[in-house]
Amino acid sequence: MNKVLILGAGTAGTMMANHLRRELSPEECEITILDRDNQHLYQPGLLFLPFGKYRKEDIVKKRDKFIPNGVEFRLAEVDRIDAGNNAVILDGGETLRYDLLVIATGSRIVPSECEGLEGEGWHRNIFDFYTLEGSAALGQFLSTWKGGRLVVHIKEMPIKCPVAPLEFAFLADSFFKERGMRNRVDITYVTPLSGAFTKPVASEMLGHMLSDRQITVVPDFDVERVDAAEQKVISYDGREVPYDLLVPIPTHMGDLIIARSGLGDELDFVPTDPETLQSKAHPNIFVIGDATNIQASKAGSVAHFESEVLTRNVLHQLNGEALEPIFDGHSNCFIESGGGKGMLIDFNSETEPLPGQFPIPGVGPLPLLRESRLNHWGKLAFRWVYWHLLLKGRPLPFITTTLSLKGKIIPDLKENQT
Amino acid sequence: MNKELSGTTVDVDAEGYLTDPGQWTKEVAVELAKEEGIELNDRHWKVIDFIRKDGAENGTAPNVRRITKIGGVPTKELYELFPGGPAKKAAKVSGYGKPHGCL
Ligand SMILES: Cc1cc2nc3c(=O)[nH]c(=O)nc-3n(C[C@H](O)[C@H](O)[C@H](O)COP(=O)(O)OP(=O)(O)OC[C@H]3O[C@@H](n4cnc5c(N)ncnc54)[C@H](O)[C@@H]3O)c2cc1C
Repeated sequence: MNKVLILGAGTAGTMMANHLRRELSPEECEITILDRDNQHLYQPGLLFLPFGKYRKEDIVKKRDKFIPNGVEFRLAEVDRIDAGNNAVILDGGETLRYDLLVIATGSRIVPSECEGLEGEGWHRNIFDFYTLEGSAALGQFLSTWKGGRLVVHIKEMPIKCPVAPLEFAFLADSFFKERGMRNRVDITYVTPLSGAFTKPVASEMLGHMLSDRQITVVPDFDVERVDAAEQKVISYDGREVPYDLLVPIPTHMGDLIIARSGLGDELDFVPTDPETLQSKAHPNIFVIGDATNIQASKAGSVAHFESEVLTRNVLHQLNGEALEPIFDGHSNCFIESGGGKGMLIDFNSETEPLPGQFPIPGVGPLPLLRESRLNHWGKLAFRWVYWHLLLKGRPLPFITTTLSLKGKIIPDLKENQT
Repeated sequence: MNKELSGTTVDVDAEGYLTDPGQWTKEVAVELAKEEGIELNDRHWKVIDFIRKDGAENGTAPNVRRITKIGGVPTKELYELFPGGPAKKAAKVSGYGKPHGCL
C-alpha cells in the first residue's frame, strides 16, 4: 500500500487531504497529514482585524474539523525531511516513512531580516498584520490612535497576497474617514517595486486610486534599516521616510525545516516545477502553496488551482505515469478598496489582470479591475467559500483551473503605456 | 514595438525593457546601460553575468537578495553600480523585464 504524507494542514495541505481521500480508497493508499498546532487561521481575515471588522473567533477554527475521515491527522513539529531515505523525522526522533511527500508548510514572516525592525519599536508603534498577534495588537493601537504619519512598508518580494498591503492602505484611508480623523493622518506607501501598480493595464486604469485617496507612494525603495529611535525608514540610497506608526510587511521565508533539510533556495522556498508542481530535486516530493519558489502569487486562490493540478499529478506519479505540465499560475483575488467597495482580478503568469466580467462572459456579475459594491460582498463571502468549499477541495462554481480569456477585454492603452 | 540597438533589432516594451531575453547580446547590454547613464566596467559585468546565468537556469531574473546572496555582490555595491534602482536597472541591462507585482 502507498503511503502519502502531507506536511502542513493549512490552506493547501487541507485541500490536498480532501482531494486525495476522494480519489484514493483507504485500501490503496494511507494518507497522513501533520501540523504543529490545531488552529487553522483564515489569513485573509487578518486584513480586517485591525479595523475592528472581524473578531479573532471569526477567523480561527480547529484544523481537524476540515480533515476528512480516513486521513490521519497528527499534531507534531517536524524536525527535518530526509529525502534520501523517503522519511520525515519528527521532533523527538520518531521517523515517518513515505512513498510520496507533499510539502505544504507555507511561508512565514521574518522581521529580523530588516535591521532595526524588531528593536524598541516592535509592537509599540511598529505592527505587522501578517500574524494574528501583530494584527490584533495593531487593532488595539488603532482604536486609540490620535493620528500622525502612517507608513505601510514592503521590505522585499515575494510576499503573501501581494495586494494585501495596498488593501490595507485603502482600508486605513476609509477607517480614518469614518472616524472623522483623515485630516490628521498622512498615509505613505513605500515599495521596492517601481510603483503601487506595475502592470500596464492596471497602472493605467487604477493609478488614480492612490492620488484620489491622498496616499503618497514612495517607489524603488530598498530599505537598509529602520531607525526605531528616530522613527524613520532608511533606504540604501539615503532616502528617509519618517513615521509615527509603521506597518511593515517583513521578508517572507519558507519554514525552517526546509533549510534544515537542505531543500530550499535563498529564502527557504522549495525549487518546484511551475507546471507540474514536482520538486526539482526529488521526483516523489511535490510542493504546493506558499512553500514553492514558483512565480505565482502566494495566495489561497492559487493554492486552490494548484490543488486541482497536483491531485492529478500525484495520481499519475503513484501509477507510474507521466505528469501533466498544466499549471499556468492562475490567480484570482478580490481587492478591498475601502468605503464598502472592492475590485476583482483574474490573471496568470502570461496574462496580466484585464477588465471585463467574471465568471460568466458578458454577464458577470462581477466586474474585473473596476471598483464595485458587489466585489466587496464577494470578498466578504470568500470567508464562507474558504471554510465550506475551498478547504474541502470542492470546485468553485463557474471557475476554471486555468485562466480563461472569455469575458476579458484587452484595452488599447495610451501610446506611452503599452 | 522594436528598436535597433548596436545593429541588432530587439523587441522592447514602453519603458525600454527587452521582452525576449533571448535577443540579448553583450553589445545590446552596452547600449541599454547607456540609456540608464551607465558605463559598464568589470564590476557591472560580474553582476550581469550572474543575472544571465541565473536567469537562464530559472527562467526569470534573480531578485536583489539572490544577486547579493548567491551572486556575492553586496547591496551597497549594487547601488553604486546601478544608482537609483539596482533591481530594475540591472535587470534591464541584462535583458530582462523589471521586477513586478501581480497588479
Ligand atoms: C493578511 C493576509 C491576507 C491574505 N488575503 C488573501 C486573499 O484575499 N485571498 C487569497 O487567496 N489569499 C490571501 N492570503 C494568502 C493565503 O492565506 C495563503 O497564501 C495561504 O494560506 C497559503 O496556504 P499554505 O497552505 O501554503 O500555507 P498555510 O496556510 O500558511 O499553511 C502552512 C501550514 O504548515 C504548518 N507548518 C509549517 N511548518 C511546519 C513544521 N515544521 N511542522 C509542522 N507544521 C508546520 C503551519 O503550522 C501551517 O498550518 C492572505 C494572507 C495574509 C497574511
